[in-house]
Amino acid sequence: MTGTLDHWQAMQLRSLLEAGLPLAARPYQLLAERIGASEKAVLEQIRSWSEDGLFRRVGLVLKHRALGFRANAMLVMDIPDEQVDEVGRRLGKATGVNLCYQRPRRMPDWPYNLFCMVHGREREQVCQLIEKLLTEHGLSDVPHQLLFSTRAFKQCGGRYAPPAARELAHG
Amino acid sequence: MQLDSLSRRLIDRFQHGMPLCAEPYRAMAEALECSEEEVLASLQHLEQNGGLSRIGPVFEHSLAGASTLVALAVPPARVEAVAARINSYPEVNHNYLREHRYNLWFVITGPDRAHLDRLLAQIEAETGLTPLDLPMRRAYRIDLGFPIGDAP
Repeated sequence: MTGTLDHWQAMQLRSLLEAGLPLAARPYQLLAERIGASEKAVLEQIRSWSEDGLFRRVGLVLKHRALGFRANAMLVMDIPDEQVDEVGRRLGKATGVNLCYQRPRRMPDWPYNLFCMVHGREREQVCQLIEKLLTEHGLSDVPHQLLFSTRAFKQCGGRYAPPAARELAHG
Repeated sequence: MQLDSLSRRLIDRFQHGMPLCAEPYRAMAEALECSEEEVLASLQHLEQNGGLSRIGPVFEHSLAGASTLVALAVPPARVEAVAARINSYPEVNHNYLREHRYNLWFVITGPDRAHLDRLLAQIEAETGLTPLDLPMRRAYRIDLGFPIGDAP
């Protein structure tokens, strides 16, 4: 029970956090017991990670399909390289766009370099929203495709911690 | 699933951030003026009904390690088997079937890029399918929150 976590305890804590906090009155105390540390040291480590920007957010992570957001489309576009940043920034601000990323093309199989995720309750509503989005941003003539998801085989958080830390922490 | 009023308030208030303290559920209860027991029961109900993936941090993957989006063009007859194999890797999350020749889309994460390269090679060897490897170059928006409050 030292004041700060050692490297292995920190790696194990990360692995435990990736799986989510326990639903119990003192969740950090439970995590601390798993890695042989104090609750205070665990909280301090998490605060320090938070200040370093390791977390995009900390909160409830939802499964949108179960909550009624069943129409989930990935809009992919082929935007000229010199325009992709500008178009990406504009679409990133648009209503209804949850995610907007630039990714590399993989020619000849995959010519698309800009990806937007749009989630909605109904497919028709998502199609209309995207059509409006393309028109408003002058992108109707840009090569694009709409890939709706039809099944979710798996939906969980990323596992970044090294496998050895994961095995140790989760026993 | 149907959401009760407390679940909606919890989601709206705490999907983008929650108190970082020893008793977070008590702090959430105080913010919503209800009891800690009600908060825990509501979250358990959400989780049991498949609406809650987990509670805690979403890692910034540029700092947490490496990740990439992968697509496979799986022949329809092999979709179930290939999807199950892909699901079995702990590095895989968000594995979806999509309407396209490239029909299986998933994200892989790991401690570093070399780890991902080995996994991609393994996937190709096991499935005989060449993965499209589409790492993020730049993010213009990342917002996974949903406006649950206006749910019917």
